[in-house]
Amino acid sequence: MRRLDHAEAASRFIADEKHEAFHDARLWDLRKKRDREAHGIPEWEELRRLASEIKEHTLAHLADYLEEFERNAVKNGVTVHWARDAAEHNQIVFDILSAKAAKTLVKSKSMLTEECDMRPFLERRGIEVIETDLGERIQQLDDEPPSHIVVPAVHKLRGDVATVFARTLGTEAGNEDVNYLAESQRRTTRPYFLRAEAGMTGANFAIAETGGFVVCTNEGNADLSASLPKLHIASIGIEKLIPRVEHLGVFIRLLSRSALGSPITQYTSHFRTPRAGAELHIVLVDNGRSARLGMADFWYSLKCIRCGACMNTCPVYRRSGGLSYGATYSGPIGVIIDPTFDIRKYSNLPFASTLNGSCTSVCPVKIDIHDQIYKWRRVIAERNQLPFVKKATMKAAGRLFGNPKLYRAALSATGTAIEDLPRFAIYNWFNPWGRQREVPQPPRKTFRQWYIENRTKR
Amino acid sequence: MSASRDMILAAVRANAPRPAIPMPQVPTFDHDSPALLDRFRSGFELLGGTFVDYVPGSDLNAMIAERFPRAKVICSAVPEVTGNRNLRDVKEPAELDDVDVAVVRPAFAVAETGSIWLSETELGVNALGYLAQHLVALLDPADIVANLHHAYRDPRFPTAGYAVLMTGPSATADIEGVLIRGAQGIRSLTLLPVPRAP
Repeated sequence: MRRLDHAEAASRFIADEKHEAFHDARLWDLRKKRDREAHGIPEWEELRRLASEIKEHTLAHLADYLEEFERNAVKNGVTVHWARDAAEHNQIVFDILSAKAAKTLVKSKSMLTEECDMRPFLERRGIEVIETDLGERIQQLDDEPPSHIVVPAVHKLRGDVATVFARTLGTEAGNEDVNYLAESQRRTTRPYFLRAEAGMTGANFAIAETGGFVVCTNEGNADLSASLPKLHIASIGIEKLIPRVEHLGVFIRLLSRSALGSPITQYTSHFRTPRAGAELHIVLVDNGRSARLGMADFWYSLKCIRCGACMNTCPVYRRSGGLSYGATYSGPIGVIIDPTFDIRKYSNLPFASTLNGSCTSVCPVKIDIHDQIYKWRRVIAERNQLPFVKKATMKAAGRLFGNPKLYRAALSATGTAIEDLPRFAIYNWFNPWGRQREVPQPPRKTFRQWYIENRTKR
Repeated sequence: MSASRDMILAAVRANAPRPAIPMPQVPTFDHDSPALLDRFRSGFELLGGTFVDYVPGSDLNAMIAERFPRAKVICSAVPEVTGNRNLRDVKEPAELDDVDVAVVRPAFAVAETGSIWLSETELGVNALGYLAQHLVALLDPADIVANLHHAYRDPRFPTAGYAVLMTGPSATADIEGVLIRGAQGIRSLTLLPVPRAP
């Protein structure tokens, strides 16, 4: 697999200043709204601690909780399937649909089905798949993956959506009115809800105690997908388990506040049994999760509740756009999950970070994201997955930092060099720092020189 | 059961992190919150709900007719409102496609978030809460709990086949963050604080 070049992909996003500026501002606004909500709850930090502990407890006893969940789901009249990987998941879903002769599938947003690349698999086999979340529908019609796990089309401006809709839904060319565009999606999606033979949802949480699961949306599209067709399939990653119903109090209070800065999603929907006369199937999916559970440094990423707060706060994500990560999961959480799928392909991603730690401080389940990013860098270096320039530079830097005399000599030389060297010697391919920014004016003396003059003479 | 099931469970068991931490106890985080209806109302309105004051004894049929003058099909799941579409006659949920106004009574509500709780019992047909253009909810102010911790301790939660915490109309901000009410499901959610019939 080719190594993904995040910086190169990001530079294409940055090239369009209007998109970059909007993206940055929109996500920062979500971060500010998140802060307002978090500060409005005196027990916020206590909730984060509880959420983290519940998740860590569950993951340590995951096999038991999965068995309990299955037992209760079966008791509820649900058919439970298990999929080791994406291919098995997709095949199971197709077989369930085939058994019911279902040709049309309406679905709400699910990062897991994105991860499994399910849509093209089903479409090749004659199933019409309709994404019903507005952002996800925009991305489907534009043949792009979601760029953000909560707001899939956040990298697009209204003009982009108008172009996509005019081409695919037949809306008036050039009509960029947001109300008109949203209404067009409502009008064109509704007939699918009414006639689809099958509906699909993901799940935000699965409860061992009841065998039920919870789906959070603002559009109510998961409820429409599940309340009309006679067949409901829910794809659930095995890490979504929590032990008890009362634990939902902790997670639901945290989820939308962290994600969008709203106290709760408009629809927090709890599914436990099939409707009268209908079928409910649950597909429990591993796809690398059990292996990740065994990684001493990295299993904590399985606590993730997919709120996107780390993405909204990340200066690199906000200015590079989710698509530049070239993976299902982008932003800080993607950086620590993606290498578990393919360490070579995603070996560049852990370097798409300033290690500022903002992601860690907003994470509602207290994942040590920036520490994990740092640890991934080490793993990637050890496995010899660093690109040549980075490796050569790091080697030279290592020699320099390991030798105080050499370091001091180099430091004063650098100051002179930046002032005296011709521009092409600084702003070239070997120095990515010089690509989008001016190198700062060097100080007249180094800190060491200043210290010797000012502190040692007394 | 399946080979995949056994393999997944075996891998999960073998890789389980140690030492395991105990399951924490979740408190209910009670603060002094006397005015539950006021708190409910502000949460409900924040997410786009329409709160309408109710004078005891008012004619609900007339109130609904006045608020939705163009409504042709009214489907009621509550005894207080008559409507002209009988839920019991509905064979397929898609038949509710033409409902303009649906009327329901949530089993309870949550002050913290302004959410109403509806299960298949309150909805009659689950799709009623989503296919109708507008939803009207009659809430007894005595049925409001303080926060989500109390809501999730309600015994009806684990026994409902389907239940939703609904907070305002269907909404999206997926295009440039512009807030749209009525993205997919109901375009408005109206709440009247009407006590249950004694």
